[in-house]
Amino acid sequence: MPDSTIVGLHHEEQHHPELLHHFADPQQQRDASSLGMWVFLATEIMFFGGLFCAYLIYRRWYFGDFAAASKTISMPLGATNTAVLICSSLTVVLAVWAAQTARRTLLLGSLAITMLLGVTFLGIKGIEYRDKFVEHHVPGASFSFENEPVPGHPGQYANPHHAQIFFSLYFVMTGLHALHMIIGLGIFLWLLMMAWKGRFTPEYHTPVEIGGLYWHFVDIVWIYLFPLLYLIDRHP
Amino acid sequence: MSTHSSSSSSPLKMYFAVFFALLVGTGLTVFAATLDLGRFNAAVALGIATVKATLVALFFMHVWHASEKLTKLVVIGALFFLLLLLGLTMTDYATRLWS
Repeated sequence: MPDSTIVGLHHEEQHHPELLHHFADPQQQRDASSLGMWVFLATEIMFFGGLFCAYLIYRRWYFGDFAAASKTISMPLGATNTAVLICSSLTVVLAVWAAQTARRTLLLGSLAITMLLGVTFLGIKGIEYRDKFVEHHVPGASFSFENEPVPGHPGQYANPHHAQIFFSLYFVMTGLHALHMIIGLGIFLWLLMMAWKGRFTPEYHTPVEIGGLYWHFVDIVWIYLFPLLYLIDRHP
Repeated sequence: MSTHSSSSSSPLKMYFAVFFALLVGTGLTVFAATLDLGRFNAAVALGIATVKATLVALFFMHVWHASEKLTKLVVIGALFFLLLLLGLTMTDYATRLWS
């Protein structure tokens, strides 16, 4: 024990410049950062969890109206966006791996492609939102959802008030998700600049890992949003 | 982290396998949505989504290989409280019309 205390206190001669003096070694510092990020993600899980809970309650109550409203969102655009996000998650793990193994070109390329995919996602989201504005499906004074058939119940039409609740949840949940994407793009722009300056090494690349955790979390939220909002009752 | 870098020099194969599994899962969800499974549609959709989310967390976010026990505890704790929120709320709402 006395040996380790001495080593812990006096090893300034050879330690990495990014290693803060209250950590024993880079490994411990990385684990502490990762743990902190996971605690933050736990709060994010509860944050989105409340919205998912509200969604599930109303979906149970107004299932037919929700199914009718869900059918008016473009499934091809939603599926494309899911694929775009999955591709971006792959480029994120490639970026982390590139940082771990000191591959500068792959690191810069992966970070740049991740950002490109993120912008693509937001662009497709924008097209989707525009369609909803054109169709007057945005909750508010000009909302209109008349004579929309309930899937599986011929001759029945959706209650516009209940459909408006669906679209409120749709815009809040996808909007909050899009906000997370925008913040993620900011984080990745910063990572790209730091990587360009050569700040990340196999010994120190914690920001890439932490930023990656955030990006993957946003991907997971979308993995649930896609089937819940776009695919309620699609069978013919 | 240490086990991660020493045990497998290149995790690329695993990353691409997970990537393809996620794409297949997405295709599967879209396909399942076109089938009439009655009340099981939601269960199938949520099941596939949960498998995909688990793959991302375990392998892309390194919960499986490269994390401390404490990190795993935080993940499990967060999921526990999420299930508590959803589970208790839904058992309440689902049984209000009984009696």
